[in-house]
Amino acid sequence: MVNLTINGKAVSVPEGTTILEAARQTGVHIPTLCYLKHLNEVGACRVCVVEVEGSQKLSAACNTAAEEGMSVRTDTPRVRQARKTNVQLILSQHNVACTSCPRGGNCSLQDVARELNLLEEPFEKMPLPPRWDRTFPLIRDNSKCIQCLRCVNVCDRMQSMKVWEFSGTGRGAHVSTRDGVDIHDINCALCGQCITHCPVGALSARDDTARVLSAIADPDKVVVVQIAPAVRAAWGDEIGLPPELATEKRMAAAVRTLGVDYVFDTNFSADLTIMEEGSELIEHLKTRKGNEAMFTSCCPGWVRFLKLEFPELVPQLSSAKSPQQMFGAVTKSYFADLIKVDPEKIFCVSVMPCSAKKYECDVEAVNDAAKDVDVVLTTRELGRLLRGTDVAALPEEEFDQPLGTASGAGVIFGATGGVMEAALRSAYYLLTGDNPDADAFSEVRGLQGWREYTFTVKDLPLKIAVATGLASARMLMTALKKGEVQYDFIEVMACPGGCAGGGGQPIRDGCELAGERGKRLYQLDRENPIRFSHENPSVQALYKDYLGAPLSEKAHHLLHTEQTAWKL
Amino acid sequence: MNRLDIIREGSAETAIRGLYDDLARRGAVAPASNCPVEQAAAFVKLCLSQSCGKCVPCRVGLRQLSAILDRILDGQGTAGDLTLLRSLASAIADSADCVIGSEAARSLLGSMNAFEGDFRSHVEAGRCTAAFEPVPCKAGCPAHVDIPGYIALTKAGRYADAVRLIREDNPFPAACALVCEHPCEHRCRRNMVDDAVNIRGIKRMAVDKAGDVPAPTPMADTGKKVAVVGGGPSGLTAAYYLRLMGHSVTVFEQRNKLGGMMRYGIPRYRLPDKYLDGDIDAILSTGVEVHTDVSVTGGTFQWLKGEFDAVYLAIGAHSYRPLGVPGDDAENVLSAVELLRAMGDGQAPDLKGKRVVIVGGGNVAMDCTRTAMRLGARSVQCVYRRRQADMTALAEEVEGAIAEHCEMVTMMAPVRVETDGSGKVAALVVQPQIPGAYDGGRPKPARADRDEVRIECDVVIGAIGQVVDSAPFAAEGVPTRRNNIQSDTGTLTEVDGVFSGGDCASGPSTVIRAVEAGKTAAANIDKYLGFEHRLPRAVSVPAAASASLGPWGRVNLSERRAEERRDDFDLMELNMTEQEARQECSRCLRCDHYGLGAFRGGRSEQW
Repeated sequence: MVNLTINGKAVSVPEGTTILEAARQTGVHIPTLCYLKHLNEVGACRVCVVEVEGSQKLSAACNTAAEEGMSVRTDTPRVRQARKTNVQLILSQHNVACTSCPRGGNCSLQDVARELNLLEEPFEKMPLPPRWDRTFPLIRDNSKCIQCLRCVNVCDRMQSMKVWEFSGTGRGAHVSTRDGVDIHDINCALCGQCITHCPVGALSARDDTARVLSAIADPDKVVVVQIAPAVRAAWGDEIGLPPELATEKRMAAAVRTLGVDYVFDTNFSADLTIMEEGSELIEHLKTRKGNEAMFTSCCPGWVRFLKLEFPELVPQLSSAKSPQQMFGAVTKSYFADLIKVDPEKIFCVSVMPCSAKKYECDVEAVNDAAKDVDVVLTTRELGRLLRGTDVAALPEEEFDQPLGTASGAGVIFGATGGVMEAALRSAYYLLTGDNPDADAFSEVRGLQGWREYTFTVKDLPLKIAVATGLASARMLMTALKKGEVQYDFIEVMACPGGCAGGGGQPIRDGCELAGERGKRLYQLDRENPIRFSHENPSVQALYKDYLGAPLSEKAHHLLHTEQTAWKL
Repeated sequence: MNRLDIIREGSAETAIRGLYDDLARRGAVAPASNCPVEQAAAFVKLCLSQSCGKCVPCRVGLRQLSAILDRILDGQGTAGDLTLLRSLASAIADSADCVIGSEAARSLLGSMNAFEGDFRSHVEAGRCTAAFEPVPCKAGCPAHVDIPGYIALTKAGRYADAVRLIREDNPFPAACALVCEHPCEHRCRRNMVDDAVNIRGIKRMAVDKAGDVPAPTPMADTGKKVAVVGGGPSGLTAAYYLRLMGHSVTVFEQRNKLGGMMRYGIPRYRLPDKYLDGDIDAILSTGVEVHTDVSVTGGTFQWLKGEFDAVYLAIGAHSYRPLGVPGDDAENVLSAVELLRAMGDGQAPDLKGKRVVIVGGGNVAMDCTRTAMRLGARSVQCVYRRRQADMTALAEEVEGAIAEHCEMVTMMAPVRVETDGSGKVAALVVQPQIPGAYDGGRPKPARADRDEVRIECDVVIGAIGQVVDSAPFAAEGVPTRRNNIQSDTGTLTEVDGVFSGGDCASGPSTVIRAVEAGKTAAANIDKYLGFEHRLPRAVSVPAAASASLGPWGRVNLSERRAEERRDDFDLMELNMTEQEARQECSRCLRCDHYGLGAFRGGRSEQW
């Protein structure tokens, strides 16, 4: 242990603890901006500077280790002056456009400027010119970038993609794509983790709300909305609605106020995915020549990752489309028939916790004759559309039918391990004819990056692995390729914690919320009277009335895709 | 008012001097990798600040240069700006009234030529291709040793860990602790404050205190066999890392003992056997097989190529250039290579009471000079055709030799060796020189209008350069150029499976350069064999302290007094005390933690 004083108060912390962490443990607040615990402790912004007695210069609290006998002052005039100047300097390079910024009101630079009572900007404005194709799902606005380096480290350490780099030197140094490669051509998985870890509005997902609003205003369009599992665990965060009010049913009601025609649930097509992917898995295990694993295919960030980094493994991806795309395909066929509307008139909107979904819905090879999904909104965009609505006052409402019914197995798609658990529940049934205990496979839950389990179902040992976050996915795929590990079925989600921590989710800077949000999804699973995808009555009706059986020709046509048909 | 005043330096002058002193220190460690456009812009502005303002090209021209450069840096430049920049700079260089303007423009043109690609990238893509080197000492070290890491470990008293950390990039910590030319220190950021950290001295401390440090265990055997020809620093470095990667390695050494120029070139008073043998023993402990007294010639080379999966040629530069003057074949005319090789074999020539003349101005010349003195020569003179300041030998080597009563006879070029009746050396006749125009950074000497000088002596030792004996390999189809074996920056030759590096590829250079080549060869041979072994970093480095020392004097290593040391071959240099080492370690600015070092943890996790 190391003993020091912070603002005169004695503190004892383990060796290696930073001054910042030591201060937080004693309840002393030190403002930070570039700092992200364990990911970005680079001392770039110099907002967290403190005075260490005997030291000529101020020290960055975020990456200076506490030392024995150290005396730290966190709020002296010298410290305040330095912080203030540094934030003014940051602002001189920041395109201050808060009112029209997607992060206006949820911006760490705004917060720290307010905290320092910054009432003037004395320095000449010199933001970098923004150079970006704003039609791309991921947008970098260099005029807002404060060179905190978080995105570089998030992409590098958490996701192992190294899309961003700190390029140039001196006054021209700034974050850019690696080697200046165009974002269209670089190996970006579009996971959006750089967006959710950006302290300001320099990184954002393309805003598509206008396209949705004009479809709603078009009397010829039937606007159908599907809402992804993980959205319900987070949507309230964007509009300041507390979790107890931000229920699934109030979410359905809120979306309905936008004037859309149908509010459906992606959980429904998650169940449908289990039927297709689960059946495919059983087929795969029966017919495979070697012992190669089948991979889940519902996460477009993961699919992009595999195509970019391990193209030789792409044939191992399940051919099942993602729940989002399945939903669109069913909406524009089965549901269009049901309501006797020309599928061309249906405008399919999905609300997703994801930035990669914006890309997925536009992949030609994934779409059939009609475009499955017309527009993808992130959870954040949904929040933006609801800002003018007194959502708390809305009574709860049900989802529309028949595509609004789902099992608890569908809702846990939004958490890492959830697809695996849902698949195991139904695979057990398909193999044995009996339901297992609904919680029989709950040990696959967790937040660890790479987890593996063996279950025996009807004398069949099933070796499975779950990976979350692309750095873990890379480790797993590398080991798999080298033959160091063998599995039968692998679930991968690009974002740590799964969609609950997705790149399209509401942002609370400095907080990793995937665990907390995942818990809400598991709570909803527990509360659902239906716990198995194969028991979803709407799914059963769809097969009975329209598709026949899982993996039928019609199912193949609508719900599957040729994974090798498109390359990156 | 006085008609005349005595000029006294006022506070303004002192301040300006201080500024320029700071600038000079910064200039000395300027990161070569930084944006060349920005550095050129800053340079032009500085030059403008020195202008009198009279002539148009300097006053207005430099200012316009500066404006164009700023425009380019702001991402507003065009290809036309580059043309304009060039024509403007040429006009200034041609027509400015004095050197303040013309030299500034000439420097800019030089920079534009050297960094043409980067200038273009700025205007075409708005992108700078420069990349900052976070840890300058590490970037300056050819082997990229984690210098702040081992300084921190030495400071913490974890000497064995310091040695382990060094070995991750350089298997010769002890040899380098004594003889490395420490290019790291030239880059040390501490130069901005006062003076470079004494990095080599700290390494010496770690090595002396660490005791025996076992080498790591090699990775699993790969079944691949590599032959290394030459047991010097480059060959043994390659052998060590290839062995750690799990390959089977056999070293073939021409001489009786391993070490190459470290044993047969560097005198014992600089590098005692004990240190060199310690490094070599650790390398061999990993299971490297060694055959000494084996000359690899054409036939054996072909056999090696057939028998081994890859061959690394690291034969060094053990031949020499003759003096090239009449009489250079006389008895008692030796080459540096012959003298130092004999010393390595323990067969010192008898120089007792002799008058010895050494020809040359490099470190090898100093080694010969000081060796001759230690062998009991009556007088030792070092003849050099340029000025003492132009010598390529380290200044401290020259000063050390002088302190040991050796004489530097400069601005003298050898003309002929005169012999006595029995064919033995009687004198070296030299022609005084005059420094001429600069060529390659040094003035080129030319014949001065002075008479020849006859230096009477008994022995002449030529130390004017070594050459590579590459003929046997050239005959077998390995391409060479001016005797050097031709290999690329990855040590690959044009012959499949044959790699080459160290002095034999680069020409005579330093130990650390040879280590660099060996390490590079190991990585690329591993890749050639179909692997991608990554050597892990196993030593954790203590956290940086919250502050380093303010401006504080550098501790230099002291040497045994000249009077005491000049008669023996015992180690000349003295180690630091623990007090000195602690203080010196505290001067390290920990660039692995502060500055951009913090960005990616300051160190790579593998190589």
